[in-house]
Amino acid sequence: MLHIINRSPFADSALESCLNTATGGDVLLIEDAVYAATSGSAAADKLRAAMGRFKIYVLMPDLDARGMADSLIEGVSPVDYGGFVDLTASNKTCQSWL
Amino acid sequence: MSDVKKFMFVNRKAPYGTIYALESLEVVLITAAFDQDVSLAFLDDGVYQLRKGQQTKGIETKNFSPAYRALEDYDIEKLYVDKESMDARGLTEEDFLVDVTVLSRAEMGKLMDEQDVVLSF
Repeated sequence: MLHIINRSPFADSALESCLNTATGGDVLLIEDAVYAATSGSAAADKLRAAMGRFKIYVLMPDLDARGMADSLIEGVSPVDYGGFVDLTASNKTCQSWL
Repeated sequence: MSDVKKFMFVNRKAPYGTIYALESLEVVLITAAFDQDVSLAFLDDGVYQLRKGQQTKGIETKNFSPAYRALEDYDIEKLYVDKESMDARGLTEEDFLVDVTVLSRAEMGKLMDEQDVVLSF
């Protein structure tokens, strides 16, 4: 299953709720959620802790827009819009944590 | 001018994910045209607005971050960043595209108290 998060981990509990609820699968961070995958942020530790159960992806155009591309943490796979589409196709179901 | 008021703009949202950051900037520039005493406060996710190196081509959205550098041309030079917010996001003063004054939460709160008008974004 693909889990899509688009809210900042500092402003919303969507990422935390997803990681606490879902049993595993793919997690794609888009829009303001990309901040979770940046070094030095408090959310990065939670993300690292979840890497055993989940494969984590980040939408690069959103990371670039925010000037955070240099801060991407290890273990997170960057994808472009094509990669986003591939993820929705390769997973049987997907959920946006709005 | 005798009727100059102290305006503070409180920015708490990251750029691009919502329209708040851009809207704040628009109102800041309008206020500057009226020769008011303007301060900008960046706290919580608002600190991300000042991040260097924003490249928005991929999301086909206007990159408005250069406008923060132009603020001094409008005599807006009071930019304040909350230290706690900056630290929690792994950012330092060197990560920002403009010079800012870093304040503690307590100092920020005191500054808010001194304003005549506070606008929140």
